[in-house]
Amino acid sequence: MSTVSFVIPPRFERVAEELLLRSAGISKDELCTCSTDIDDIVLTEHDLAKWIFWFLSSKGNEYFCEVEEDFILDRFNLTGLNNEVANYAQALDLITDNLDDEIQDELRGSLDVQARLLYGLIHARWIVTARGLAKMLEKYKRADFGRCPRVLCQSQPLLPVGLTDIPYQKAVKLYCGRCEDIYSPKSSRHGSIDGAYFGTSFPHLLFLVYPTLIPPKSGAVEVGTAARGSNDTEGNKRSRRVRDEQEIYTEGMGEGFSTASVALKADRYRPRIFGFQIHEIAKLQRWQEAVRDRQVTRLEHLEEANNEV
Amino acid sequence: MSRRSSQQHPPLDTSQAELEEEEVISGTGEGDEVMEDVQEQEEGYSSSTPTSSLTWISWFCALPGHEYFCEVAEDFIEDDFNLTGLNAMVPFWKEAMEMVLDVEPDEDTSKIPDVSIVEASAELLYGLVHQRFILTRAGLQLMVDKYEAGVFGACPRVYCYGCHVVPCGRSDLPGLDTVKLFCPNCNDIYTPPSSRFQGVDGAFFGTTFAHLFFQSYRLLAPAPFWKPSSNSSMSPRSSASSSSQQQNSEQQSQTASQQTPQFVNPNPNGGQRKAAGKVYVPRIYGFKVSERAKCGPRMQWLRVRPQDPEELDLVDWRGQWYEDADDDYEEEEDEDRPMEDFDPDHQDGEDDDEEEEEEEEEDQGGGGRPTERPAGTSRHTLSPPSSAPPRTPPEVFSVAPALAAVFKQPDNGRLKVVRQQRALPEPVTRVS
Ligand SMILES: [Zn+2]
Ligand SMILES: [Zn+2]
Repeated sequence: MSTVSFVIPPRFERVAEELLLRSAGISKDELCTCSTDIDDIVLTEHDLAKWIFWFLSSKGNEYFCEVEEDFILDRFNLTGLNNEVANYAQALDLITDNLDDEIQDELRGSLDVQARLLYGLIHARWIVTARGLAKMLEKYKRADFGRCPRVLCQSQPLLPVGLTDIPYQKAVKLYCGRCEDIYSPKSSRHGSIDGAYFGTSFPHLLFLVYPTLIPPKSGAVEVGTAARGSNDTEGNKRSRRVRDEQEIYTEGMGEGFSTASVALKADRYRPRIFGFQIHEIAKLQRWQEAVRDRQVTRLEHLEEANNEV
Repeated sequence: MSRRSSQQHPPLDTSQAELEEEEVISGTGEGDEVMEDVQEQEEGYSSSTPTSSLTWISWFCALPGHEYFCEVAEDFIEDDFNLTGLNAMVPFWKEAMEMVLDVEPDEDTSKIPDVSIVEASAELLYGLVHQRFILTRAGLQLMVDKYEAGVFGACPRVYCYGCHVVPCGRSDLPGLDTVKLFCPNCNDIYTPPSSRFQGVDGAFFGTTFAHLFFQSYRLLAPAPFWKPSSNSSMSPRSSASSSSQQQNSEQQSQTASQQTPQFVNPNPNGGQRKAAGKVYVPRIYGFKVSERAKCGPRMQWLRVRPQDPEELDLVDWRGQWYEDADDDYEEEEDEDRPMEDFDPDHQDGEDDDEEEEEEEEEDQGGGGRPTERPAGTSRHTLSPPSSAPPRTPPEVFSVAPALAAVFKQPDNGRLKVVRQQRALPEPVTRVS
């Protein structure tokens, strides 16, 4: 499992850490059997000692990306967070590894909670910056947030999203750019992460900034859908992974593309009894498609009007 | 401040609580899948000798990953009529039957090179019989018990609020696809959350069962329309509290009596449960993403429901609005209205109003929107089945449950009505 190979994007300043994170994410099954022994991963002691590293490599925190130190150290970015987090100063010190060792022992338990909260809130601000978006994009391309459970989305990778920006209200959800709907994470580890640590805007901002990455509404049906899974070999998994990455890179639409009528390409499931559609459901689906067609007409017209101007 | 210190994690909402329960059963998260597969292989079929007290069927249904199966009554399997056509699909038919029914095998069974071959045949046989059995009254009843116990899990879609799902196949022929889960609220199908179901053939549940199930149990089927309730709250509990247990049962019966009869679908053959109709609205910094943006919403139609059942009648069987020019503008508004109301939690009503006004203005200013289409020249038509195009499309209006005659299976090669995909922007003559 740890043999999964990945392409390291060249622009990463902290390749080593990213690499470690990936290995941590991928080999967590092994980790859980042999405790959290990560000795075999090559990293400097300095990195290992960092709080952020510890946080990111903890089980259940796979959705978080690394917030760069510069961002955290710029007080402007943290405006207002001192009101949200108790023991703010010490929590910040803990995150940035500046905490006095003596204090650490006394406050440890509660401070740890506060540090997570603070990191989460900083994270929500960070991932809507240009650099933060780029970091999350790498995770998206690796499908670190899982894949859409909707069958017709064909394993479209997901993005985390909050239903509110206020902490302690709602757990994180996952947004699918193909069906444009939100789903609950399947693991309770992820299902209990606060949605405010990702915020309501993030996935939509990502597609606003990278419109070419808006997923197409339909894609080639996988050839070997039949009974895959249990007889999946390692090699299969790897090649699928690589293929998926390529798809995300290449499948985007060209510059100057239009999304006015993309909805017409979306597949939908049609319930049938002995091959026949069911009256009430078919009627609802026709109505929904009429709503869709009207929007397409509206958008195409708008677009045309814009082109003429 | 107190909440901060007391809580480390945000409270789970209901849908998650449901999902969590599921997980407790499956005992896995995403990360554990690899391990689980190994486990499955070990536990699954290597130890295939059921203990003496257990029938093969009970043993089979208790295997990990087989939670969706119900136990087919043995007399159903023994009735040859119910097996019509299956013997051609199952190798080692006789041996497989013996295994499934726990009949002592004949001596010449030893000629079969490997018991695992017969086991595979027995599984196939049982699965195909299961596909038929769950369409009978007895089978449906067994499945409804499992459904209500939440054995099949809940819809992963957030705004289905944990609506229970049923297993379904995308094909009635074995070997083509694994089992999926159908949600009656969003009428969509999902991949089971745990990888151990990836070894279960979808044909063992078939394409019809899920829908026959909700046709037969109308109270479990959500209605096709939804009006956002203004005053309803999620917790109808009274604040006054006395002796707890008595009150609890009182409340339960109260809520039961409050909720069920209140909701009526005027279509007696339709779903009689109130739907969960909320649709996700993307926002950036609190503002709805405009549909005019490239990344604007394009898929809300997939989940949206009309507020009133009559609105469904505004569309004809080809999927076209019955639109006379007068009605058109009103309909336009009707369509926007539910979009505005999708998010009743959202409090900044003022923003919304402003946006709405803007949109209306632009709609008018845009002018020249082709409001009418000549009746014959539809821009977007359902392509009728290539064989005789019927006046009314083939639909099931009501289905009597429990069909013995069900087993005249439809020819599986049946043509499906495929929606023609329209080419990208047609030249539209600009009316200015
Ligand atoms: Zn999706
Ligand atoms: Zn659903």
